[in-house]
Amino acid sequence: MTTATGTTRGKGAVGAARTRIEGLAKVTGEARYSGEVPYAELAHGWIVVSTVARGRVRSVGEEAVLRMPGVLAVLHHGNAPRLKENFVGQFGPDPAAEILQRDRVPHIGWPVAFVVAETSEQAREAAEALVVEYDTEPHDVDFHADHPARYTPEASAMGPAVTEKGDLDAELAASAVLVDERYSTPEQHHNAMEPHAAMARWDNGRLEIVDSSQGTFATAGEIAALFQLDPASVRVRSEHIGGGFGSKAMARAHNVLAVMATTVIGRPVRVVMTRRQMFSLIGYRSPTTQRVRLGADADGRLRAFDHDGVSVTSTLTEFVEASSAFGRALYDADAHRTANHVVPLDVPTPTFMRAPGEAPGSFALESAFDELAEKCGLDPIELRARNEPTVGPVTGLPFEDNDLLACFHEGARRFGWADRDPRPGVRREGRWLIGTGTAGATFPAGAAPSTAAVTAEADDTFTVRVNAADVGTGARTALVQVAADALDVPVERVRVRIGDSDLGQAWLSGGSMGTRSWSWAVLAAVTELRERLALGADIPPEGITVRSDTTEAIGAQAQLERHSYGAQFAEVAVDVGTGEVRVRRMLGIFAAGRIVNPLTARSQLVGGMIWGLSMALHEEAVRDRASGGLANGDLAGYHFAANADVPVIEADWIGEPAPGDPVGIKGIGEIGIVGGAAAIANAVWHATGVRHRALPIRPDRVLSAGTGPEGRTGA
Amino acid sequence: MAPPTPGATTTSSGITLNVNGEKHTLPVDHRTTLLDALRERLDLTGTKKGCDQGQCGACTVLVDGRRSLSCLQLAVAADGREITTIEGVADGDRLHPVQQAFLDLDGYQCGYCTPGQICSAIAVIEEHAAGWPSAATADVGAEAAPPLDPDEIRERMSGNLCRCGAYVSIVRAVARAAEEMQADDAAVKEAAA
Repeated sequence: MTTATGTTRGKGAVGAARTRIEGLAKVTGEARYSGEVPYAELAHGWIVVSTVARGRVRSVGEEAVLRMPGVLAVLHHGNAPRLKENFVGQFGPDPAAEILQRDRVPHIGWPVAFVVAETSEQAREAAEALVVEYDTEPHDVDFHADHPARYTPEASAMGPAVTEKGDLDAELAASAVLVDERYSTPEQHHNAMEPHAAMARWDNGRLEIVDSSQGTFATAGEIAALFQLDPASVRVRSEHIGGGFGSKAMARAHNVLAVMATTVIGRPVRVVMTRRQMFSLIGYRSPTTQRVRLGADADGRLRAFDHDGVSVTSTLTEFVEASSAFGRALYDADAHRTANHVVPLDVPTPTFMRAPGEAPGSFALESAFDELAEKCGLDPIELRARNEPTVGPVTGLPFEDNDLLACFHEGARRFGWADRDPRPGVRREGRWLIGTGTAGATFPAGAAPSTAAVTAEADDTFTVRVNAADVGTGARTALVQVAADALDVPVERVRVRIGDSDLGQAWLSGGSMGTRSWSWAVLAAVTELRERLALGADIPPEGITVRSDTTEAIGAQAQLERHSYGAQFAEVAVDVGTGEVRVRRMLGIFAAGRIVNPLTARSQLVGGMIWGLSMALHEEAVRDRASGGLANGDLAGYHFAANADVPVIEADWIGEPAPGDPVGIKGIGEIGIVGGAAAIANAVWHATGVRHRALPIRPDRVLSAGTGPEGRTGA
Repeated sequence: MAPPTPGATTTSSGITLNVNGEKHTLPVDHRTTLLDALRERLDLTGTKKGCDQGQCGACTVLVDGRRSLSCLQLAVAADGREITTIEGVADGDRLHPVQQAFLDLDGYQCGYCTPGQICSAIAVIEEHAAGWPSAATADVGAEAAPPLDPDEIRERMSGNLCRCGAYVSIVRAVARAAEEMQADDAAVKEAAA
């Protein structure tokens, strides 16, 4: 059976379209995900979550449940194994990982008990029968920008919370044209199709976890720290991962509870979250409210730039959705300020979700730019051209390259932008108003230290060992291509092993840095291996292995502004009778360095654009003030784009290999979503004449806003 | 319903599941869904659990030839019925045209919704060939079946969510497979004539 397409050459393997190495396993159902590996004596766990939003657990009625058929254990804060206090995870202090350690209930849906039984049916029924009593306290889940508890954090994972230069008030006062608007984005959830699952067992003194993990080395480190184990005694494996999008990078209830339970009962224990539990246990994208103030001369040149974002965090782990960080390297102005603030509420802890910061931030800023273009009487692309920075606006560093305008120009040519009538609300086809919009995209191009090993085998094949994770990105295939290209051998002679913490340290699948970071390490090992092989030594039966570690090389990089870029274009039709918005077509042109595998890269970029569409029109978790929980915490209530919501979407790319990367890669995991919602919102304005500054652009919002400049704007 | 079988208690029954042409007789807990029976009892883990409440389509299998959400039915209710899962759609080593099209055209990313998408697509092509209309069909009274165009495929495949956003390739894969299957049918008919 033929499963691969494309070249079998060595040199040239990078850049050739190839079907996925694991593709056959995925289309035949043979690929096993983490909750699907059988073990003898496997016991099943079921998480019991709090039904109140704030308070303390007064009692857990375990006695009655322990008498139910098949029940093996009931864990709760009174009897669970002790974890390290004041746990610091890979991204900082992380009390949200300290499961079943105290009676405090910080939010609704927080784990308060864990039931283990012989079968999942028994565990589930026992969990539902378990009576947990609470002392409740008044809760506050009501997010708004001027909440009294709002504060400015020291920093976010994306850098400082605040950056500023110049005299903002003076430049605003001197500006001929002003935009000063507030934008809002709702709480959004990752909803990877595979629920978080983990199996844990002790095997000859080592802890083995089969986890749904975007980074097994990081997960193993966090579990070792939490349980105060020697890191070498913890092994985490993750062969196939059913999507992650940022939600599968940390120690969370599934893997922590699996480890606790196997430690207590001495048998392998599997934990699979329910879809509803995922809405409170794995993190989500915080809602944001953002104020954007742009001041420009009449010709559109920016004098003042101010982007101020507010997001939610929990009372446990501080997480900052750094929406205002989006524009820090994109546009310059004489006075330039960005700031992020957070409001701690009695809600679950938000976390990284595909393009954290950039996704909501680009909606606000790229909408505001469209508004500024309108006020200046300029084409939105021309407005960007007049504000292209020469050096990093905040850092003063030179750019490695900046392809934003090139993306806009190529996109404009292919989309047919030149023929666009800029007037809003003038194109009608029956009950549909038609409009087009565009928006810019950028995402940091980073790399993180990783290790790899490459072996020249005695049978003339090569084995690459690198602890990558393939969450659906095509990383496994890309890494084979990178290795084959560098070795100058056909890809069929290269095999790759990933997804096992025993393979050693490597960056996780996140930050659009996975394939780049792993490829760098693979290339470094291959380069040295080729030097060794060039000496002509015979290959011993165990092969010749070269290991690499890119820590030094990455640390030695010149300081530059390194980013990928993109331009998004959308055409929408708005039904004036129902308020429905349909996206008719989307085009994204990206500049993200060298594209290793055009087939899978296109899928990933288009997938990101569909996230943009989904964010613009559909996704919204609605928090109920009375209960503190979600009114729509399942896949019927929380709608993300289904097949019928999605038109033909095209993604393509331009640009040169990244000069600063040995393979030329920049990373494409997140750029696809950036700017997508703004392009659609700008198209809705072009169709109707009304600015929608609150996402999603629901039919009721479209209807109540009406059409034309007399319509009510925002929400 | 089959007569009571040995092993039946007040909380479990013996049933026979006909899966991919193989008979499996086993006692099952009455609470066990068809999905869990396939995954946990028969080790057929190709059928996926995405939501366990009928909202995502990942657990789609064919029951008596029709697509069906295996998380929403109890295993005892599937006693004696013909069930086809993703493990049973290929012809030996020869992939089903839908599987091959998903593979060639990259109709997936993480792969978790894929078995459900493929099972649904197989049924969609058959439903369409049998003349069943959909909400996207302009004239449901037309004598000839409407072409299986992209809008028809999008509508008919919308019970299967894909969070990676592989829909554009899924539509292309279903269209290609439908064309191939139609051509195969025509060739078979011609050979018979």
